[in-house]
Amino acid sequence: MTKVTMTVNGKSVSKEVRGNMLMTEFLRDELHLTGTHVGCDTSQCGACNIHVNGETVKGCTIFAAECDGAEVGTIEGQANADGTLNVIQQAFQDHHGLQCGFCTPGMVMSAATLLKENPKPTEAEIRHYLEGNICRCTGYHNIVKAIMAASGQDVSTIAAE
Amino acid sequence: MPKDHGIGAAQKRREDVRFLTGAGQYTDDINVYGQTYCHFLRSDVAHGKITSLDTSAAEAMPGVLRIFTGKDFEGIGGLPCGWQVTDKNGDPMKEPPHPVLAQGKVRHVGDPICAVIAETLDQARDAAEAIELEIEDLPAVVDMRAALETGSAKVHDDLEDNLCYDWQFGSDQAVVDKAFAEAAHVTTLELVNNRLVANPMEPRVAVAEYARAKDESTLYTTSQNPHVIRLLMGAFVLGIPEHKLRVVAPDVGGGFGTKIFHYAEEAFVTFAARQINRPVKWTSTRSEAFMSDAHGRDHVTKIELALDAENNFIGLRTDTLANMGAYLSTFSSSVPTWLHGTLMAGNYKTPAIQVNVKAVFTNTVPVDAYRGAGRPEATFQLERLVDKAARELGVDPIKLRRQNFIESFPYATPVAVEYDTGDYVATMDKLEEMIGIPGFAARRAESEAKGKLRGLGVNCYIEACGIAPSNLVGQLGARAGLYDAATVRVNATGSISVMVGAHSHGQGHETAFPQVVADMLGIDESMIDIVHGDTSKIPFGMGTYGSRSLAVCGSAMVRATEKIINKAKKIAAHLMEASEGDIELKDGMFTVAGTDKSVAWGDVTLAAYVPHNYPLTEIEPGLEETAFYDPANFTYPAGAYACEVEVDPETGKVTIERFAAADDFGNVVNPMIVEGQVHGGLAQGIGQALLENCVYDADGQLLSASYMDYAMPRAGDVPFYMVDHSCATPCTHNPLGVKGCGEAGAIGSPPAVVNAVLDALNHAGHDVAHIDMPVSPHRVWQAMQG
Amino acid sequence: MYSFDVVRPKSVADAVAALGEEEAQALGGGQTLIPSLKQRLAMPSVLVSLAAIDEIKGVSSEGGGLTIGGGTTHATVAKDCAASYPALAAMAGNIGDPAVRNRGTIGGSLANNDPAACYPAAALASGATIVTNTREIAADDYFQGMFTTALEEGEIITAVKLPIPEKAAYIKFEQPASRFALVGVFVAKFTDGVRVAVTGASEEGVFRWTEAEAALSGDFSAAALEGLSVSADGLMTDLHGSAAYRAHLIGVLTKRAVAQA
Repeated sequence: MTKVTMTVNGKSVSKEVRGNMLMTEFLRDELHLTGTHVGCDTSQCGACNIHVNGETVKGCTIFAAECDGAEVGTIEGQANADGTLNVIQQAFQDHHGLQCGFCTPGMVMSAATLLKENPKPTEAEIRHYLEGNICRCTGYHNIVKAIMAASGQDVSTIAAE
Repeated sequence: MPKDHGIGAAQKRREDVRFLTGAGQYTDDINVYGQTYCHFLRSDVAHGKITSLDTSAAEAMPGVLRIFTGKDFEGIGGLPCGWQVTDKNGDPMKEPPHPVLAQGKVRHVGDPICAVIAETLDQARDAAEAIELEIEDLPAVVDMRAALETGSAKVHDDLEDNLCYDWQFGSDQAVVDKAFAEAAHVTTLELVNNRLVANPMEPRVAVAEYARAKDESTLYTTSQNPHVIRLLMGAFVLGIPEHKLRVVAPDVGGGFGTKIFHYAEEAFVTFAARQINRPVKWTSTRSEAFMSDAHGRDHVTKIELALDAENNFIGLRTDTLANMGAYLSTFSSSVPTWLHGTLMAGNYKTPAIQVNVKAVFTNTVPVDAYRGAGRPEATFQLERLVDKAARELGVDPIKLRRQNFIESFPYATPVAVEYDTGDYVATMDKLEEMIGIPGFAARRAESEAKGKLRGLGVNCYIEACGIAPSNLVGQLGARAGLYDAATVRVNATGSISVMVGAHSHGQGHETAFPQVVADMLGIDESMIDIVHGDTSKIPFGMGTYGSRSLAVCGSAMVRATEKIINKAKKIAAHLMEASEGDIELKDGMFTVAGTDKSVAWGDVTLAAYVPHNYPLTEIEPGLEETAFYDPANFTYPAGAYACEVEVDPETGKVTIERFAAADDFGNVVNPMIVEGQVHGGLAQGIGQALLENCVYDADGQLLSASYMDYAMPRAGDVPFYMVDHSCATPCTHNPLGVKGCGEAGAIGSPPAVVNAVLDALNHAGHDVAHIDMPVSPHRVWQAMQG
Repeated sequence: MYSFDVVRPKSVADAVAALGEEEAQALGGGQTLIPSLKQRLAMPSVLVSLAAIDEIKGVSSEGGGLTIGGGTTHATVAKDCAASYPALAAMAGNIGDPAVRNRGTIGGSLANNDPAACYPAAALASGATIVTNTREIAADDYFQGMFTTALEEGEIITAVKLPIPEKAAYIKFEQPASRFALVGVFVAKFTDGVRVAVTGASEEGVFRWTEAEAALSGDFSAAALEGLSVSADGLMTDLHGSAAYRAHLIGVLTKRAVAQA
């Protein structure tokens, strides 16, 4: 067991962890932050995406011990301080960018770093950035649209040719 | 002005708030005090005899509570099949036992042999590795044709062979033979409908607890239909009466069919929790899901179309081998028969149709319903065939379809179903406008200037949804009724809980269903909540699949709401000292016709619960009504789809450039949700057409066993879709006039994609008649090599 | 996963010491190793994370070449090499997905030498030198077949030195499921000749297509490749493509890389 200390959604936490404890297990089992989901075991689906030191990483492919001292962000920390949806979350709701909701936390976390790195991404850039976020429900149409809308772009003409 | 309230309003989904903030509660998020962890030791061979099994060393490992084997299930029921299909000779289908844990033999890679229960998952996995197991390999039965050959190894020793049933259906043989004898042209096509893995993003999970003092079991499970699981598991597997068994399906992360079925793992944890008197949790990994979730499709078909000299369709016959896998999953037998054969008329007035289906056991994971279930298989073969006929005859494929459309309704097909409404000309007109047929030549020229080939593919589809009229499906072998139920509970202050048998796992029922009730009562949706997914809270329900929720459960909800309105009017009449017949309900106010008297919704509901001034001698206090609704017919959504692809002639890679879908879903409650359902179906259909393929090798090893080899569609693989549902012909036999929209996209899109690829290749001079799905770069390149 | 400890040394020396322990294994970004640990395909006693060693991170340029620390992530290479070696940056920016690129490292990729990975092609085509805690290894000597390299037990890639070519391009044709290279071709033109490295195709892992190199060294144009082909012998056949298809793709992608360079 190793002691790790990190900041999760702005709150400092310290816990004894097993060496083989993944961040997904740390968040879900130790901190009861169950918004981070596990959709595969080959590091491809992105349902587990979280932020570590401001970057999106797969929570299922990083050990808790590797996050000692890190700033960690999860879906539970994304809403505005008053509990209302942030701009990206709101755009997902406005544009029906989610159905079953299982991949959604990972999508929102990816979208957040995308827009930080690239505030006005094109459709192609969004689709490329979502390479590691698999959604089985939406067909991606409304996810891409929501991210474009969250970046302030006009989406009213999409597919209305 | 678009509506913002009631039926037809594109209301934003209320459930989104919890999903967007990480506050959803999926089954794996449930942890019960004192819970133990379950790990299944599964077969790593496709077919074999268990020659020795010794768990003693494993049982002594740290943290291990108990290890269960097949022996623990001797004398306990196996997993039942919910539909008995009758062979063409009148015999019932072969129905071999499907044990919870293997009994002496393993029949597919992933077949569960032992289950280890331990204090931690790692301990359970460690112990599973210490189980001493010897399996004598037996020859694996993988290929369906080989499986039916005399002398083939048998999946089930007690059966004569690997044939589950040989089913024949449709017009009389003589009628079909005559059509082919008189045909001016016959088009023949052999094709494969590729095996798929449903892959909802949430893997399956089951958590069971047992309250010994009350003899009550609770199962939390990833299910599309908790009552169905309670019925099957309680009555057929474990022998637990309904009142002692609660099944909860909380937030479920997608289903697509594969979470309809009753699985060994959920029965096992329920059983084990009772045995060890501790809660038991099992969470599937994705790798485990690939070898334990029921797969979809996997048909091999030969289909023939007879046309007369004017290109009218005069006869159709089709012969299919349908893979059942090693055991019959819950609805497996119905998929290639009643959900497939009955749709072979498609949108066309072909007068003579015959369908043959042989269902085959193989040493593979069981195959069952996956989004569309039988209807995509029917649509794919028919619409590929019509396209091939058009090419052979040198006629325009759209024109050939239009010429043969059914144009008057109701229409009784030669394959037992009666379409109530439809307008296939209208959806085709709309489609042509959406995809922009006149501009195609210019777009093709643009592609060619970039060195790419461009093709346009079009097809139609019809589906039978709103499953299903119970008396009809009962005659066809269903072992359950397929009605649904709803309870509308009006509270004293006028707020409402609607308990529904449908289960929402992405479909947005929590938003759309209140729109219906709000519309009927004239109150705001925010006063209405939907309760679903818990057998202890809802009256009964057959669940969500087959695009049935709104058509069947929504209709039950309408009926229950009508009862509420009737009773509320009685109360209002009493309060206003008027005759019940004069009471009108509008915008949440009860009025007496022709007067200015009125009482508000809340006054009436309060009177129902505080009956001081109330007709107690005539009606009971309270305001709660239940209705069961059994549909009179299936519903028949239909439409026309078009796809434009570019093909890279050097690599064979296909990209989807444009996709248009014109659907007739009848009336629509929430157009935003409906469009989202179509988008998702399209991506799955495009995935089947271009990417997805579940492959076994000759030894029955699963080659596409993870996302490393099973290609899921990603954001970059699909375009923005053009969708339309304006050509609506409302269903005539349910109160909402709705038809269902959940499966259309997955049913209608695969032939459009493949037709488009073939159009591109043939236009470029490659004489290619067909390419099996997935139309991968490798396959396209091979086809171009000739 | 089996149970193990994770240690996070801050220096190469400490990492080397930690790797001296019985059944110790180096952990780079973990993007390949962790999934294989989940399948219980390895049973280390301790994982030595290299992620906290600052001295092996970052990109520097000297004398017309780049030195990239072994612990540098794909995302950093994509960003920091965009101006100096755009073909390399573009390659790094297309590995896996953004989350993978934020963790996966150049050293980890080269040490693993997956036959379908991108970095081996870049290193081999660039004529890179693999720098370890004990020595420098020329790329031509480093790659020794699928998942096999010249690295000794416990040896750590501390840096990769890459000469910057005059022109270069990498074209990856993705395997549709894993998004690794079904075939990937990296072409690099130097003043003294052209190097062409192919990944994803061979049962022996990354290799140089010497016939193409000879043709392109005389005439760096797609036309120079006309008539050249790679034999399908020894190429991989799997669900996603036959050996013949891979051989065909090598020709197509090499031409495209030359055209793009």
